[in-house]
Amino acid sequence: MEMLFSKSRSLTHFLQYYTKKYAVQQRCFESIKAGELQLDNYNEDDQQTLNFPGGRIPITTRMKFISESFEKRLPCYRVLDDDGDLIPGSIFEQVKKGLAVNMYSTMVALQIMDTIFYEAQRQGRLSFYLTSTGEEAINIASAAALTSDDIVLPQYREPGVLLWRGFTLEEFADQLFGNKNDYGKGRQMPIHYGSNKLNYFTVSSPLATQLPQAAGVAYSLKMDKKEACVVVYFGDGSTSEGDFHAGLNFAAVMESPVIFLCRNNGWAISTPVTEQFRSDGIAIKGQAYGIRSIRVDGNDALAVYSAIRAARQMAIKEQRPILVEAMTYRVSHHSTSDDSTKYRCVKEIEQWRTEKNPITRFRKWIQRNDWWGDQNETELRGNIRKQVVEAIQTAEKVEKPPLRDLFGDVYDKIPSNLQEQERFIRDSTKRYPKEYPFNVPV
Amino acid sequence: MGSNFRRIGKLAAISSKNQSCMGFSSTVNKNDTSTKSVNLFSAINQALHIALDSDPRSYVFGEDVGFGGVFRCTTGLADRFGKQRVFNTPLCEQGIVGFAIGLAAMDNRAVAEIQFADYIFPAFDQIVNEAAKFRYRSGNQFNCGGLTIRAPYGAVGHGGHYHSQSPESFFCHVPGIKVVIPRSPQQAKGLLLSSIRDPNPVVFFEPKLLYRMAVEEVPKDDYMLPLSEAEVLREGTDITLVGWGAQLSIMEQACVEAAKEGISCELIDLKTLIPWDKETVEASVKKTGRLLISHEAPVTGGFGAEISASIVERCFTRLEAPVARVCGLDTPFPLVFEPFYLPTTNKILDAIKSTVSY
Repeated sequence: MEMLFSKSRSLTHFLQYYTKKYAVQQRCFESIKAGELQLDNYNEDDQQTLNFPGGRIPITTRMKFISESFEKRLPCYRVLDDDGDLIPGSIFEQVKKGLAVNMYSTMVALQIMDTIFYEAQRQGRLSFYLTSTGEEAINIASAAALTSDDIVLPQYREPGVLLWRGFTLEEFADQLFGNKNDYGKGRQMPIHYGSNKLNYFTVSSPLATQLPQAAGVAYSLKMDKKEACVVVYFGDGSTSEGDFHAGLNFAAVMESPVIFLCRNNGWAISTPVTEQFRSDGIAIKGQAYGIRSIRVDGNDALAVYSAIRAARQMAIKEQRPILVEAMTYRVSHHSTSDDSTKYRCVKEIEQWRTEKNPITRFRKWIQRNDWWGDQNETELRGNIRKQVVEAIQTAEKVEKPPLRDLFGDVYDKIPSNLQEQERFIRDSTKRYPKEYPFNVPV
Repeated sequence: MGSNFRRIGKLAAISSKNQSCMGFSSTVNKNDTSTKSVNLFSAINQALHIALDSDPRSYVFGEDVGFGGVFRCTTGLADRFGKQRVFNTPLCEQGIVGFAIGLAAMDNRAVAEIQFADYIFPAFDQIVNEAAKFRYRSGNQFNCGGLTIRAPYGAVGHGGHYHSQSPESFFCHVPGIKVVIPRSPQQAKGLLLSSIRDPNPVVFFEPKLLYRMAVEEVPKDDYMLPLSEAEVLREGTDITLVGWGAQLSIMEQACVEAAKEGISCELIDLKTLIPWDKETVEASVKKTGRLLISHEAPVTGGFGAEISASIVERCFTRLEAPVARVCGLDTPFPLVFEPFYLPTTNKILDAIKSTVSY
């Protein structure tokens, strides 16, 4: 994807070029492809090849081990510099005013939603919360690059994708309070959102489990010949899980149209990437699985948007997985149960909060285009703040889901052992009403 | 397959006491009574053919499934239904089950094969934390009910640690999945079709000892047998025996031996371990006053413990003797010591006698 850096060619041209180049290889056997990829490493004179299961491989008389890393680290695709100026010669997907303003407004909405919900947790109104602070551009720009038919399998730091798709602040608040309007019926901790209507699978806490599932969901899209792909989100820590390997390998072998989007934010709770892996990050791992990959500046909304647009087109047109590593920084603590100043330097956090802030960078760009001004800013922020506060006030007054929701949905029908246990619990609530939450209707 | 196969002799397949059990399903064509004598792997193969044929959104996959599978259960499927619906997967159990959950979540029937039950553990997280909770955690917005995981289990005489285990009790501790184990070819076909079509994820353990050994008349047609319904295979008055899968033929042999000594045994096939049919077992124990449970898995923490506890809760005053468990030992499954490890006919017979004369 280094092609993205070269001179003024439009993204469409780039894609056509890339598709053509690989279309040739696509017709060949997988094994031959593997062989071809290796050829560059050998002398022109070495014409001899050996046939192994998986295809022909050239031979060499030199005993040469492959290096553990490339000489230079994999570059990071970028469109906007730190000041929000377009880097001359960069190739990117054009973003018009309406879309740009919408993307910016949603990033701000996510930021404000996070701030106020976080505070509500600190006040003891919510049991738990987790913000996306610092990762707003990945959330919103990736969501904006998709269509509503694309299916999202989130980890848990991607509520911005839901926000972009139209999940309302009330719907967020209902889940956080686990009230009767929560689609999850109050069964999961706060931030475990899900929406069937918005093609957003319900969040589960175990890490990386969604990756092999994404390969299966995408295989279904493939079989149904849908003009859509799957986007599966995860963090740098998740790449150490076995399911990361399983997911990428299955998607590659099954040729599933899925975008693996890694938010490499540098930290898995307190574990830095230097203690997570010895590789140059995540993107380079794609090649070993036979997956086309790119590293992108996750704090550059235009770069994320362009990369995901391109990834989506390749995933659907060529029916193949794509790996995107978005470089960013987890400005927030891991969650409300964490104090990250215990393991990292405050100065580092502050630098990412201010100088490298993805929202500020995008704002500079839209302001320079005369699409945004201070008055818009004030109005937007005031408006959203009011809506979030109202959503909290409303949601916390809504009663909890009824007791019967404890027993439903374990299976499609309630089996006899659960019916018996429900009778037992109902009897117990009658005899010891004070032992049970007053706000759960029995 | 080793001398231990002889322990099971001609008793490998126990037919239903009452053939009318075939009539539970609305899909049974009652006019067509044609059956064929087939072994268990062929019965599984028939069920998979029918599942793929009757629902275009069904898929069968796993390690080495494409050429027919190491136990031949998937023979001919790829040729007939194509490699897009019947395929090999990479050698990765967590990937197989994760992929299957995703496929099932898109309204497909995903039938995933784990080559041996002994190798199901890498997929444990996907089964326990994902498949089992998929519907519940989303408030029924999403489900992977179309998922069925097939895995051969149990002793074969020479399998040692890693080709012999019976891991069913691990999965019986997980609300949200069903665990089903058939005892014979006819049962295997009907129960597998029910499992595939059941709107809940099912772990389906196949007694691999019986794949070739058990031969039974199996209807050629599409039929289903109900889940969560136990079956009384042999009526008796002195003691109730509960088991599942291949162990039932060992228990049947013990019943026959006991009858020679004037002891009348009632034998129950549980078929579905969760959610299980407590009522049938309870009714039987209330009649006989005695209960014996037998399984190959280690006795401690085995599903026999759950059955024992539940029946003691419900039938305490009717029990004439302590509940007996004749199970595998609390060792890893051993190779040369397999005959010592297994709950054999004579061990069961001894337990029957001591329980009846308690």
